[in-house]
Amino acid sequence: MGVIHVTDRAGQRHTLEAIEGWRVMEIIRDWGLPIEGLCGGACECATCHVFVAEGWLDKLYPPTGEEEDQLDTVMTQPNSRLSCQILWTPELDGLEVTLAPTGA
Amino acid sequence: MTDHIETDVVIIGAGPVGLFAVFELGLLDIKCHLIDILPKVGGQCAELYPEKPIYDIPGFPMVTGQGLVDNLMAQIEPFNPTFHLNEMVESLESIGTPEAPLFRVKTSENGTTFICKSVIIAAGGGSFQPKKPPIDNIESYEGTSVFYAVRKMEMFRNKNVLIVGGGDSALDWTVNLQPIAKRLTLLHRRDAFRAAPHTVEKMRSLVASGDMDLHLGQVSMLKGENHVLEGAVIRKDDGSELTVDCDVMLPFFGLTMKLGPIADWGLNLHENLVPVDTEKFETSVPGIFAIGDINTYPGKLKLILSGFHEGALAAQKVHRYVYPEKKLLFQYTTSSTSLQKKLGVAA
Repeated sequence: MGVIHVTDRAGQRHTLEAIEGWRVMEIIRDWGLPIEGLCGGACECATCHVFVAEGWLDKLYPPTGEEEDQLDTVMTQPNSRLSCQILWTPELDGLEVTLAPTGA
Repeated sequence: MTDHIETDVVIIGAGPVGLFAVFELGLLDIKCHLIDILPKVGGQCAELYPEKPIYDIPGFPMVTGQGLVDNLMAQIEPFNPTFHLNEMVESLESIGTPEAPLFRVKTSENGTTFICKSVIIAAGGGSFQPKKPPIDNIESYEGTSVFYAVRKMEMFRNKNVLIVGGGDSALDWTVNLQPIAKRLTLLHRRDAFRAAPHTVEKMRSLVASGDMDLHLGQVSMLKGENHVLEGAVIRKDDGSELTVDCDVMLPFFGLTMKLGPIADWGLNLHENLVPVDTEKFETSVPGIFAIGDINTYPGKLKLILSGFHEGALAAQKVHRYVYPEKKLLFQYTTSSTSLQKKLGVAA
């Protein structure tokens, strides 16, 4: 097992135990942090948008066209990803992400 | 408007669960009207994932979101429900008693009023609303300089218009407003567009001929005093910034779901969900039911199939409110001639 580090919208950093095979969105949601994940991980809503910390971005599979299409619907930064599209594996032990702001 | 519609049940939300509730109510001779904020039926299935295959609908090894909606529409056709699309329920008022509930339901758009004996909330994640980009102070420009939909094109004549987004809405309005705008700028985060190819082509040719501008990046700041927009600061991926002069900004970032006015109806809520019992799926207010993703109870699973079950059980209790004198006989569609008559399939 391993962990991920998640900084919430108030700037507080949480260390969450991760489970292999779970999507990062699911791990964050399971620990009760405020991530919406409206469509349930179908890459259809972009409500699980996170910013991935420097150094981790290139360890992830690059976003698919579908994910890019969804990222078009939020305010992105170059390190934007949808956390439902990141499957956690032990190589991602220590992954550091920040919850993106939600719109009004 | 003083006119109102009298019916047995108003169903709020025309997603799969609201649609199937029509079937279960119909078998019990209960008439209903459905209200949905979207211009089409099907809720998330039709709006978010019409082409996505679903594998956990009983009896369907695979069905797409839209396929399921189409089948449900065919299934409830014998009961002839009335749909009120493009309308959002604004208020829900109890005008009866706990023993004989009666409700007044009002919608926003053209202000339809309903008087009904029960209300079934099948609103899923809430009502679909335009996604608002998290830009500082954007609210202060909404309605004056920032719009999430185009109601009248004339409003934008001779204006410097900034359109943000890369989907069909953004591209369609780019092409439609460009001829009447003073100057039109399209801003998108990357040089790829998810829109009809001919519209994208048209936009590219307008850019090539110098008749409009295309920038890649994100709005980082809005400028202008007293709710009047004067410009938008754009941050590009390389970190550089530029300012675009604009009188209006139209962000087209798709739709998201918000609980909306449900919060004001006097129901107990738990984290934006409506707690119900698991016998009747009734809320804290007798006569108001909640089924599908919007409700919560111990062990709740947000599955379409759970919503179908919840609708069937809620219908049993609704029957008691609609026909207090009638005893309800439990019947199967396979064997009951009376049910088969209702379905129009009796021999």
